Amino acid sequence: MASKGIKDQVAIVGMGCTKFGERFDKGADDLMVDASNEAFTSIGNGVDKNTIDAYWLGTAMSGNSGITLARPLQVEGKPVTHVENYCATGSEALRGAAYAVSSGAYDIAMAVGVEKVKDSGYQGAVGAGKVPTDGTDRTLTAAAMYSMIVPAYSKKYGVAESELRDVLAHIAAKNHYNGARNPRAQFRKEVSTETICGAPKMAGSLGVFDCAGVADGAAAAVVVRAEDAHKYTDKPLYVKALSLVAGTGAGLSDPEYDYTTFPEVAATAEDAYRQAGVTDPRHELAMAEVHDCFTPTEMVLMEDLGFAERGTAWKEVLAGTFDLGGELPVNPDGGLKSFGHPIGASGLRMMFEAWLQLRGEAPPERALGNERKLALTHNLGGYPGEMVSFVSIVGTEKG
Amino acid sequence: MRGIVSAAGYIPRARLDRSAITGFVGSGGGRGTRSVASYDEDTTTMGVEAARIALRSAPTGVRPDALWFSTVAPSYLDKTNATAVHAALRLDHDVPAFDMVGAVRSAVGALLTAVKSSGTTLVVTSDLRTGLPGSGDEASGGDAAAAAIVGDGDNVIAELIGARSATEEFVERWRTPGDARSKQWEERFGETKYLPLGDQAWREALKAAGIEADDVDTLIVSGLHARAVRSLKARLGVGKEAQADDLSSTIGNPGAAQPLVLLTRALETSEAGKVIALVVLADGADVLLFRTTDAITSWQSARTVDDQVAAGKEVPYGKFLSWRGTLTVEPPRRPEPARVSASSAGRHEDWKFGFVGGRSPETGEPQLPPLPNSTGDVPMADVEGTIATFTVDRIAYSPSPPIVFAVVDFDGGGRLPIELTDATVEELSMGDRVEMTFRRLFTADGIHNYFWKARPVLRSSNG
Repeated sequence: MASKGIKDQVAIVGMGCTKFGERFDKGADDLMVDASNEAFTSIGNGVDKNTIDAYWLGTAMSGNSGITLARPLQVEGKPVTHVENYCATGSEALRGAAYAVSSGAYDIAMAVGVEKVKDSGYQGAVGAGKVPTDGTDRTLTAAAMYSMIVPAYSKKYGVAESELRDVLAHIAAKNHYNGARNPRAQFRKEVSTETICGAPKMAGSLGVFDCAGVADGAAAAVVVRAEDAHKYTDKPLYVKALSLVAGTGAGLSDPEYDYTTFPEVAATAEDAYRQAGVTDPRHELAMAEVHDCFTPTEMVLMEDLGFAERGTAWKEVLAGTFDLGGELPVNPDGGLKSFGHPIGASGLRMMFEAWLQLRGEAPPERALGNERKLALTHNLGGYPGEMVSFVSIVGTEKG
Repeated sequence: MRGIVSAAGYIPRARLDRSAITGFVGSGGGRGTRSVASYDEDTTTMGVEAARIALRSAPTGVRPDALWFSTVAPSYLDKTNATAVHAALRLDHDVPAFDMVGAVRSAVGALLTAVKSSGTTLVVTSDLRTGLPGSGDEASGGDAAAAAIVGDGDNVIAELIGARSATEEFVERWRTPGDARSKQWEERFGETKYLPLGDQAWREALKAAGIEADDVDTLIVSGLHARAVRSLKARLGVGKEAQADDLSSTIGNPGAAQPLVLLTRALETSEAGKVIALVVLADGADVLLFRTTDAITSWQSARTVDDQVAAGKEVPYGKFLSWRGTLTVEPPRRPEPARVSASSAGRHEDWKFGFVGGRSPETGEPQLPPLPNSTGDVPMADVEGTIATFTVDRIAYSPSPPIVFAVVDFDGGGRLPIELTDATVEELSMGDRVEMTFRRLFTADGIHNYFWKARPVLRSSNG
């Protein structure tokens, strides 16, 4: 891949994140304003909406155009760009803001991600965008598409589906354990593996607890040129890598594709590690926030992101490698499992955990158990065989 | 020589055990089973399936130059239904497609008119028989389609040797447009009308063909008036051994499709030089006499009626009622799909109706669906495939949840993740063989969304 990246050119100097959940009390407007104001407050020094030169708004289904943010925040005479890229929408907003600052076009920019999902009147996420079609598109839910990983992985690596059941339960239990220690999470209870395994089935062998919930929420990040970072904060996060791939959908029609890997994710991971100069992610990263939309997704991601060798993620999961305090904590904030998934907000919510953890602001009960200086966030959107993938890496030190 | 070149029946897989009706309603029902169109089938999709088998069974190079579609239960009014059949069969644009819909008699009328005119005509008949719960029509009806290719020359397997009709206006069975049920006058009245009409047409047809009743090797009497059919059959002078089974105990009476389903079945089992008599009682009597030719010895159905009759799978009565819209069941709490865009569907007619993929310019592999860079057409409707993996979706919208879904690898290349039908997840395994079938996915704003699904391959009884 030809991306050169913008390592150490831009820094995140302020962040905000609302509590995620069934926010019947708040609209998208309120959530955006809350997240933005928290980001301004985190910087202090009189930074407010007027300080920001340009805005990037990520939302998949809660509004169109920059006006969606400009009106509630009342930003006057400023460029506000609306971006959408499936579940990578929030990360895409950050990418836009970071690249704009690194280009020199602006001194300070803000990325805001929001989704108001719970106004649809339906349980679960309902399709974003209603493009008129010829009626031949798949009507399958994401749960069903991702459920096909389980038998495929079982067959390829000779792991009994009953054993995989324990692996998936471990992933769900781990993320709920972490989420129980996070006041911003939607679900704040630990869940036993017995409950997880006994839950009603949604699609394939996936039960309710194998699926991420649905939630409303917003998060925001302020970015400036790296050399200006210390004017705003003592503890900036330097952007090390931002990598995006939009798949061609080839996996859906390629008989060689076997539903045990996401090539788009592997490509973004490789690109991001190259941009950041990371060679051993499992031992260089302090933590990773990954897109655990479904438990088998997280299992496969451990391999695609290079945290585990091919065919070994299931063992590593059971061994606790990715638990809080494990070798590489994954989803220390509770992940999509605990937060739910407001599409436009999730990428920035993940970055918010990196913000807290790397700056030493996460509560002790969510301690990572290591002193490393880099964090990774990852989103994917779409389906096995046809997805967008996004990997970000940030760090507390230049170089 | 003019007559039938190829013929086929299509019997949907679902069967309703008539005793289940008695158990639920407390009356009605009876013995045996009837065929039931699945929730994703209508007269158009069943007609497509019958026509596909008829075309597959026809000698190479036989292409219809006209398509006539007849049904009592059209999916559209104003708009022609035959055009969807035309598109699914990928007939040329200069082949006209006409509907002959409304009356049961229109179906035999289409066949008779085709045999008496010129050119190669594909006649498709299809019916979906409904009735109120507990009614005789509900129990005795059946859902099916049948198609015949009518033409001239050496390919004719059954030559028309005589045909006569008798017509009279009388109210015996009728339905108000839009009603789900038909009504009938007292049975005896219809019988007194049908018998003399049947006698008259029979006598004259035999005379026209220059044969006696004794010469008839297979007698088919079709009609929804069961009592008149039974009585007439007994008095035409044809021995019991020559009277064809009407399949009423297995698939029921598929109304407008019955004449061609039974005629097809007779052709599938006939030797050369046999006389087949088709008598249809519907608002009069129509008699068609055929003699099979030497060409029938080399004609073989790609999928026989008997194989399909034998492949039935029971459907619970409650599901049958919900499929027909008689019983409204709780839908999944998901948004209903939006209507199909007519202009988008029009741009993708070959893919949507014909299941025609493209070819990758780089790898030469089939691209499903075709992409803007695809080169050439790759027709996939008649290509079988293998299930690479599959799942069941309990939360997606479906008119009959849950959705069973599979990733299908097609023989000779090409893969498509696609919905399965006529299948339950418990019976499936990776590696199972599937074939494509034309179905109605859903209806929104009155527009039917036709596309293809995969279903387990039906193997013939002789392997």
